[in-house]
Amino acid sequence: MTESTNSQRAAPPGENGAAPVNTPEGPVLEAPLTPPNPPNEKKVVRVGDRIFRTMATASGAFVVALIAAIGLFLLIRAIPALHANEANFLLSGRWETGDPEHLAFGIVDLAWITVASSVFALVLAMPVAAGIALFLTQYAPRVLARPFAYVVDLLAAVPSVIYGLWGALVLAPVLKPVAVWLNTNLGWIPIFGDGNVPADSGSNVFTAGIVLAVMILPIITGVAREVFARTPSAQIEGALALGATKWEVVRTTVWPFGRSGFVGGSMLGLGRALGETVALTVILSYTYEGPHYSIFDAGATFASRIALGSAEFNDNLTVGAYIAAGLVLFVSTFAVNALARWIESSSGRGKE
Amino acid sequence: MAKRLDIENLNLYYNKFHAVQDVSLQVHARSVTAFIGPSGCGKSTVLRSLNRMHEVVPGSRVEGRVLLDGENIYAPGVDPVQVRRTIGMVFQKANPFPTMSIRDNVVAGLKLAGEKNKRKLDEITERSLRGANLWEEVKDRLNKPGGGLSGGQQQRLCIARAIAVQPDVLLMDEPCSALDPISTLAIEDLIAELKKDYTIVIVTHNMQQAARVSDQTAFFNVAGVGQPGKLVEIGETGKIFSNPSQKATEDYISGRFG
Amino acid sequence: MRTDTADIERPARTPAFQPLSLGRKVRNHAATTLFALAFVVAVIPLLWVLVTLVRRGLVPMLNADWWTHSFYGLLPNDFGGGIYHALVGTLEQTLVCALIAVPLGVSVGIFLIEYGRNSRLAKTTTFMVDILSGLPSIVAGLFIYALWITTFGFDRSGFAVSLSLVLLMLPVVVRVTETMLMIVPDELREASYALGVPKWKTIVKVVLPTSLSGILTGIILGLARVMGETAPLLILVGYSRAINFNLFDGPMASLPLTVYTARKTSTEAGEYRMWGAALTLVLLIMLINLIATLLSKLFAVKTK
Repeated sequence: MTESTNSQRAAPPGENGAAPVNTPEGPVLEAPLTPPNPPNEKKVVRVGDRIFRTMATASGAFVVALIAAIGLFLLIRAIPALHANEANFLLSGRWETGDPEHLAFGIVDLAWITVASSVFALVLAMPVAAGIALFLTQYAPRVLARPFAYVVDLLAAVPSVIYGLWGALVLAPVLKPVAVWLNTNLGWIPIFGDGNVPADSGSNVFTAGIVLAVMILPIITGVAREVFARTPSAQIEGALALGATKWEVVRTTVWPFGRSGFVGGSMLGLGRALGETVALTVILSYTYEGPHYSIFDAGATFASRIALGSAEFNDNLTVGAYIAAGLVLFVSTFAVNALARWIESSSGRGKE
Repeated sequence: MAKRLDIENLNLYYNKFHAVQDVSLQVHARSVTAFIGPSGCGKSTVLRSLNRMHEVVPGSRVEGRVLLDGENIYAPGVDPVQVRRTIGMVFQKANPFPTMSIRDNVVAGLKLAGEKNKRKLDEITERSLRGANLWEEVKDRLNKPGGGLSGGQQQRLCIARAIAVQPDVLLMDEPCSALDPISTLAIEDLIAELKKDYTIVIVTHNMQQAARVSDQTAFFNVAGVGQPGKLVEIGETGKIFSNPSQKATEDYISGRFG
Repeated sequence: MRTDTADIERPARTPAFQPLSLGRKVRNHAATTLFALAFVVAVIPLLWVLVTLVRRGLVPMLNADWWTHSFYGLLPNDFGGGIYHALVGTLEQTLVCALIAVPLGVSVGIFLIEYGRNSRLAKTTTFMVDILSGLPSIVAGLFIYALWITTFGFDRSGFAVSLSLVLLMLPVVVRVTETMLMIVPDELREASYALGVPKWKTIVKVVLPTSLSGILTGIILGLARVMGETAPLLILVGYSRAINFNLFDGPMASLPLTVYTARKTSTEAGEYRMWGAALTLVLLIMLINLIATLLSKLFAVKTK
């Protein structure tokens, strides 16, 4: 449609202006107080441009609306269930949603398993990711850095259900002696004490955390690699010129420069770990016994509890209980991600 | 088809920065007008305002009038797209479309405006490439990407692309600044030929070039950083270079600053 | 003799280069070793997972029926059967997801770079895209459940899965479009405007084709990512052991759902099917990654 408009209007602009009235008056020396014509205000906008611009802007607005809708719909569906809840949502560890007439659910145990496995994963993954990122950006030969980075990125391409299988069926048996050793020798530290399942069961936070660590490794490494690579070469060369060893260069320039970006990346990894579902559903065994606040606990995270409950999804109130748990998860990942972006975006400032 | 341009009381802004203050000058049809001056004097900004490219930059603003044969291109109701089709532009850096072949680059303006007649497009391709003195060099590889040409060839391809839409005026923003001397000479020869059919305005840093190619020269200057650029004087090229009426012009031309 | 005279003639001086102190040397080497080790630590699980998959999943795949049959009618102890039903589901669900997410995502990217630059809406949108990219897949599933199934009253279906995958794929498409449009030089846009080409046509005919290769690659990688998603599937569609071509009706299998479900058949044949499906899924994802690489080469801007 606009095509034809274009070719019709391709005629010289002599036909559609009121120009002849405004004949040249010669140079005026002082700036005019009122410009001869209001600039840019009555801009001609083509139909095609208007449509295209509206579409693009609308899709941008749609994304904003989408996030709002997610929060809103989860809230609307959660409220009736929260009203019907016979237990304290925030403080109870019960999860009895089978009978819509007597719902009793609380998130405290879910929160513990979720936080414990994610934080454990973070503790494992952060130093390794920092090491990999430093190795890839500062140590590995240029030719190898790219394929090596690709290998680390491949970790992110493996679906989580497969990590779950590997963790539950392959890794857990291997970890059993380690878990038992930790439990017997370091059991006096509360976090390594007896869990609500035997330490040699394998289906506990310990295994889950290690698998999660592998899963978030590429996320943290990716961000860290980017920030470390941005270290101004003048700083690096300055340190080298003072006779610093490679390690001293890293310690005095690269690391301070990239530290906050690395922390931001770790927050992104944490967000991912908090919301990971299927790997944990497969690995963690479900138990009705409350947690002992040890990494040898089993149970369910927010996400895995929802996944486990999917078979019960036939009554709106029951579903509402799960949606309430999902809402908590949504809000916490939102907060963690927002924090991560904030740290990341404020990290580069003033340094570059 | 060549037309004259009258610039009246032109003031140009980037947000709050007053980039160019109160420029008025005439550009004659079928002649070459050169804009010279130190960096930051606003000569390129003025040039870009002549086909409404200035307003492409977010936050920019235009006051004043630019008349193409008496008709204000900034009048309400005038479509900038049409202005640009009538007043073509060649940029400092050759910028052929990387996804298009040489042929498609030349007729890009026409094809994107909906022209589909293949015979007509082929005719225009040849005519424009001949007009840009590029035909002999590329006629056997019209289907190859334009990005594969040398810098000078790419710039001539861009000129061919600009004249393919048969504009009335051709604006050139330092077209040779990224080229080697031989390619520069080729472009200068081309400008001399093009002025038979087109009104040409060229911004250049190179005063010898201005002296060689232009009929009249406008000298712009700027008092300092943050100050608006101003037109100091405009006159016949020979006079500007041999006997300028302003001290600043003389200083600039004799290489005392800039 | 000669050395003696030399020793006498040479003035006492320190060597040109002072050796590093032992402590600095040790620390430097220790750091290098540790960082290299960190990389090795990352490679171990990757290789371990891949080797496990190939060792346990290759046998089912070598059976010709694997690619043409479903699990329909198999008893827990029956070996055999095929993955065709799951392949159909996975391909249909991700394809429909792409049909929605790609135009929407590219459009958002165009808004952010070509129209919205630095506007308040653009900044909010960028932030929300960041949030969306961190959205847990199970929450995406719950949202679609709350919207599509509870509120609109539709049944669980493959299409609901596609919708939830859109939420997960959208940020990937927006990001890649944004990045690729950003690196298109402004000179090309200006060249097009200067020819009297309207902005929208400049975007469609000049800017997008220039960045096509990168956008395409990113989209396909995004597809590979959502293809392995399992969590929303558990909520939004029932598993079927039979072939179902209809996205809008009835339970439908897909590769990740098949892996997840087959785990519950705790027989040797069940494990056989599970690892077979798992390897098939990973191979499919690798194949798609490979296609992405090839396409990016094919559509790359040529200069010769």
